Amino acid sequence: MTATEWLPFTVCAAALIGLGLYGLVTQPLLLRRVIAFNVIGSGIFLLFGALSGSESAGTDSVPQAMIITGIVVALSATALALALVVAHAREGGRDP
Amino acid sequence: MTDWLPPLILATSLLPAVATFFLHQESHVWRNTLNLGGALLKVGLVVFMLVEVAGGTLHETRIDLVPGVFLLLRVDALSLLFLTLSAVLWLLTTVYAIAYFDHKPNLSRFFGFFSLCVFATTGIALSGSLLTFFIFYELLTLSTWPLVVHKQNAASMRAGVSYLLYSLPGSVALLFAILWLESAAGPVEFANGADFADLDSASQRWLFLLFAGGLAVKAAMVPLHRWLPAAMAAPAPVSALLHAVAVVKAGAFGFVRVIHDVFGIERVTDLGLGIPLAMLASVTILYGSIQALRQTGIKRRLAYSTVSQVSYIVLGAALVGPLALIGGLAHLVHQGLMKITLFFCAGIYDERAGIHEIAELNGIGARMPWTSVCFSLGALGMIGLPPMAGFVTKIYLGLGAMESGAPWVVAVLAGSTLLNAAYFLPLLYRIWFTPPPDGERPGERPLGIVVPAVITGLGAIAAGLLAGADFSPLGWATLIVERHYQP
Amino acid sequence: MSLPITALVLCLTLPLLGAIATVAAPRHATPLVTSVAGLMVAVTIGLTSHVAIHGPVVVALGEWAPPLGIQIMADGPAVLFLLVNALVMAAVVLFSLAPIGQPGPRSRLAQTFWPLLLLLWGALNAIFVSRDLFNLYVGLELASLAAVALVAIERKRDTLNAALRYLLFALTGSLLYLLGVVLIYAGHGTLDITLLAGELGMHPTDALAIGAMTAGLAAKTALFPFHVWLPPAHAGAPAPASAVLSALVPKASLYIALRLWLEAAPGAGDAIAVNVLGWLGALAVVHGSIMALRQERLKLVIAYSTVAQIGYLFLVFPLALGAAGAAGSGVADSAWNGTLFQALSHALAKAALFLCAGLILEAAGHDRIARLAGVAQALPVTLFAFGLAAITLMGLPPSGGFMAKYLLVTASLEGGVPGWGLIVLAGGLLAAAYLYRPMASAFRHPDQESAAPFTTVAAWRQAIPLGLAIASLALGILPAVPHELMGGMP
Repeated sequence: MTATEWLPFTVCAAALIGLGLYGLVTQPLLLRRVIAFNVIGSGIFLLFGALSGSESAGTDSVPQAMIITGIVVALSATALALALVVAHAREGGRDP
Repeated sequence: MTDWLPPLILATSLLPAVATFFLHQESHVWRNTLNLGGALLKVGLVVFMLVEVAGGTLHETRIDLVPGVFLLLRVDALSLLFLTLSAVLWLLTTVYAIAYFDHKPNLSRFFGFFSLCVFATTGIALSGSLLTFFIFYELLTLSTWPLVVHKQNAASMRAGVSYLLYSLPGSVALLFAILWLESAAGPVEFANGADFADLDSASQRWLFLLFAGGLAVKAAMVPLHRWLPAAMAAPAPVSALLHAVAVVKAGAFGFVRVIHDVFGIERVTDLGLGIPLAMLASVTILYGSIQALRQTGIKRRLAYSTVSQVSYIVLGAALVGPLALIGGLAHLVHQGLMKITLFFCAGIYDERAGIHEIAELNGIGARMPWTSVCFSLGALGMIGLPPMAGFVTKIYLGLGAMESGAPWVVAVLAGSTLLNAAYFLPLLYRIWFTPPPDGERPGERPLGIVVPAVITGLGAIAAGLLAGADFSPLGWATLIVERHYQP
Repeated sequence: MSLPITALVLCLTLPLLGAIATVAAPRHATPLVTSVAGLMVAVTIGLTSHVAIHGPVVVALGEWAPPLGIQIMADGPAVLFLLVNALVMAAVVLFSLAPIGQPGPRSRLAQTFWPLLLLLWGALNAIFVSRDLFNLYVGLELASLAAVALVAIERKRDTLNAALRYLLFALTGSLLYLLGVVLIYAGHGTLDITLLAGELGMHPTDALAIGAMTAGLAAKTALFPFHVWLPPAHAGAPAPASAVLSALVPKASLYIALRLWLEAAPGAGDAIAVNVLGWLGALAVVHGSIMALRQERLKLVIAYSTVAQIGYLFLVFPLALGAAGAAGSGVADSAWNGTLFQALSHALAKAALFLCAGLILEAAGHDRIARLAGVAQALPVTLFAFGLAAITLMGLPPSGGFMAKYLLVTASLEGGVPGWGLIVLAGGLLAAAYLYRPMASAFRHPDQESAAPFTTVAAWRQAIPLGLAIASLALGILPAVPHELMGGMP
């Protein structure tokens, strides 16, 4: 890939990470924080895909394997977070 | 070299300590057998070693912890002096404590920590390196705390806080000094002294100050002495052990080691460190005596008397001369014998007659003759009446002071003697020459609480009368100093 | 497969298989968990003695060597952490054979507790032996999820709050770490620590990568000022869960930070960065101790003590990598070994303290420090264990904590930066102060009128924290073998 090809991905990924971090810090609502976490995660995975294509000539399969693993991990984290949010709401806890 | 001996001696206190923790409160026979057995075995081993060391044998055990860090146990003449004192007095105090407590609660805990405390004291005596000394010194702090708070009431809990409040910062000062010195000079062994080549004289002075600060807490020197009178809240056998053998002596013994075996007398003299320390010791001697005079409780008066008397040992070490050191070392034993007698007796007065205050002593001599004779022996010894043990010490300290060019010390000794007389003689007068109040005659049973006091009281006379003998405390102190000054 | 390699693989798979089995057959959970725990202790001891005698065990998974495949390796530090992990976990399993937490639907609690505990065990072990930065990420995330779930296990409102806060910190930390992993892979084309050693720090994005990873790991280790999640989470969880969370979980992220800074990028840390880490550690010691002094509840004291004790661990960065480390390799070695001694002995002692707190809570029905009078009579063995564990945390001899303090202070003095050593010594005094309060309160005789009845606790359960506390002392009494396994700066 040439720079013109991977640069947009990188910029896009950086924007996602930045947006997500901003949301995580500023949003008080739990559900929104969980979403912000997922936005950051997407940005990182995008960055991973973009950067791994930049250096080597051929397609590197290792990052793809890692991205898939990472998505699975992020998914389970999201699931746990949502379960906790639901339990929290059931116990009558309100968002801070 | 039989290097199994030092660990074996430690084991005679450690194993009973550990085993006692697991004993049921009701298993009196087992507990007493374990503790007395350990104490007897230890006295036996110590006698064996006394003979060997007098003949010039050295015992040494080195245990590597990690590369460059080791424990060193070493039996030399000085360690044996302290070791003998602790072994003999431990045996007697154990007998006394068994009789004193009889069937009171929490005895397994008490005797467990009691033995652990003696284990730590033994370790301090046997330490051949600074780090080993520190480890046992800390162990002593930790194992004494449960003894100080043994009664678990408000007063003893306050005493416990005060004890740690002084001890732990003192330990930190000591640890920092040791690590600072060792990071410049490598591991310090008492047999070789430390190599100060890499340290300038300002650092050396700071180091000495840190060492002195750390040791002065345990030796109860002014202004770090306040924990000691507070610790009177502990039961009588603990006070006896604390004041005669374990804690205050560990501090005084540490001073001897640091001055003579770490810094060395030339360096202490060159840096001009001996005289300021001797002055501090003198202040403590006089201040402790004056405070003692102002107390109305028997145990508190005895406690301030300890503050004063322990500094005699520090004074002997700080004057850095052979005669003064002989006096100081002999006093390590003499003060132990006399003070433990006094505390044994104070405990008997308290336990059998309910007497805490000096004013309550009227006519007790006729009612509790054995106890009162022993108490009087201890008190007269403390005053320094010839031929008692205390007299011998004061003579040597005075001669040592003249030898070291500090004649003002003689005035301090004279003043202290007067003060000693002032705070002890009124007690003796009340005991023997005032009419007793009406009431039931208190008993002096069981034998277990009176016999140890009689033995130590007689010991205090014997140490003075037979001071010329080779195996008297004075004779042994002379041997130590001869070996030290003429290697 | 040879025996040591089998043992290493079992260390990873056995807890995970056990976790699945307890989910599949909850009726048989108790015998399953006890046998897994027993087996794991045996396997770990075997592996540790093998590594102590013959050196590290390396397995290339699927027989593909790095950079293509991934490697797991049990070296000296790794087996020490595996062993301490096994000891603490086994103790917690034994402890939890009696009903845990508040009375209630026990089966549901057990159904979730056992799998989570085993999952955490496996995840931590994976972190200790992984040599691949991405594998470490997976292990870290697994451990965090299991830990968060353990905090929330009782589903009370307070603990759910604490768990959510913990989760947000943990997830942010993981993402920052992952960001660093991505940048490193882009720069170097490998994530293997051995291959990265000496290379890391050369690429322009490496500083950003290491910075992001360190920030993420610091958040997970609860380094000041990222510690705010720790006290409510650790104090709110049931005592056996707190024991594991406080003793082991922060050590896992610290362990990765150590591997990263000291093994993969020893040249990359510039003087400012290592000193900042050291200062944050020092602030953690002071802040955590002062907060611990001000708490009214025993479990909160112990939790804040973890914040303080973690602070010591970060002093390794200025001592091993800063100006002091340059003074000689002996200084860096002392700093590294001291830090590992601190991490291991704190793990054992902290687990013991939380189990003690759990027993006191069971017997007294509360853990208010002001009302603990009489505990010494009711639970003598527990209080004794508490005292022994406190000795380690204060760093008094003879204990693993003293070994740690000795090595760290020596490193700071020999390295010519005595300030760090003074922090360590001051921290010991503060620890004495905050641990003395509950000790003394429990030692008092109860007043007649306020004497609350204590329910009895079985002697064998009181012996469990005692065993852990003795193990933490043993690290200082017999330090030769652990010291050799640590082996100085990698």
